[in-house]
Amino acid sequence: MKTRIEIRNGPLDSTEPAAWLGDAGLSGAQVQFAGQVRDEQGRVEALHLEHYPGMTESVLSTIVEQAATQWHLNGAWVVHRVGTISPGDDIVQVAVSAAHRQAAFEACAFIMDLLKTRAPFWKKELIGGRWFWVEARERDAEAAAAWLQGLSGHELP
Amino acid sequence: MIEVRFFAALRERVGNDNMTVSPPETVNTVAKLADWLTEQDPRVAQALAATPRRMVAVNEVLATEDAVICDGDVVALFPPVTGG
Repeated sequence: MKTRIEIRNGPLDSTEPAAWLGDAGLSGAQVQFAGQVRDEQGRVEALHLEHYPGMTESVLSTIVEQAATQWHLNGAWVVHRVGTISPGDDIVQVAVSAAHRQAAFEACAFIMDLLKTRAPFWKKELIGGRWFWVEARERDAEAAAAWLQGLSGHELP
Repeated sequence: MIEVRFFAALRERVGNDNMTVSPPETVNTVAKLADWLTEQDPRVAQALAATPRRMVAVNEVLATEDAVICDGDVVALFPPVTGG
């Protein structure tokens, strides 16, 4: 299985994951998720993301390894942006390839749900010329917990 | 010595992104370290009080408040993560 994990301080190209995952017939399914900056009815002027260099990459690697123990994957791509980002731009790309669609759909959702609650990124929003930290959502924690409950003996740290 | 790192809103409240401390040996868990820092440093005390929900990492691995820490460890304290 090939894996690409990257933190990028610059724009993401939506065509890159599919091209990188392409494996000339080995996989029958590719699923790509893109997380984008919402403008919240025009209120949000920009988003700024910071992270914990070093830890971020190792948490993302652990999540991908965990996915690979649950689903047979041929490739996984997780690229997350940091720095200042405009509404409508991509913040994160998660893409996976597998022989069949169910594994690809589920692994992509799993990686994204765990990233939301475990990878050390923090967002703030620029609203009316002032920056405000974004609060974590309870439902994100519940989504990650639901996956982990279904997996026995593979508890993440 | 223990290196303490702060991120995001907690870093802004502390006014510093890291500090190196030498607590007594009885300070051997993350929770005890947070309590000790609260006693030692009013700025950290205020910042931690203003951040009731927090996550912790020891040596760049997510941990719990009762995780054991020792000399040379890097302990990071931060608000719940909001990536993606």
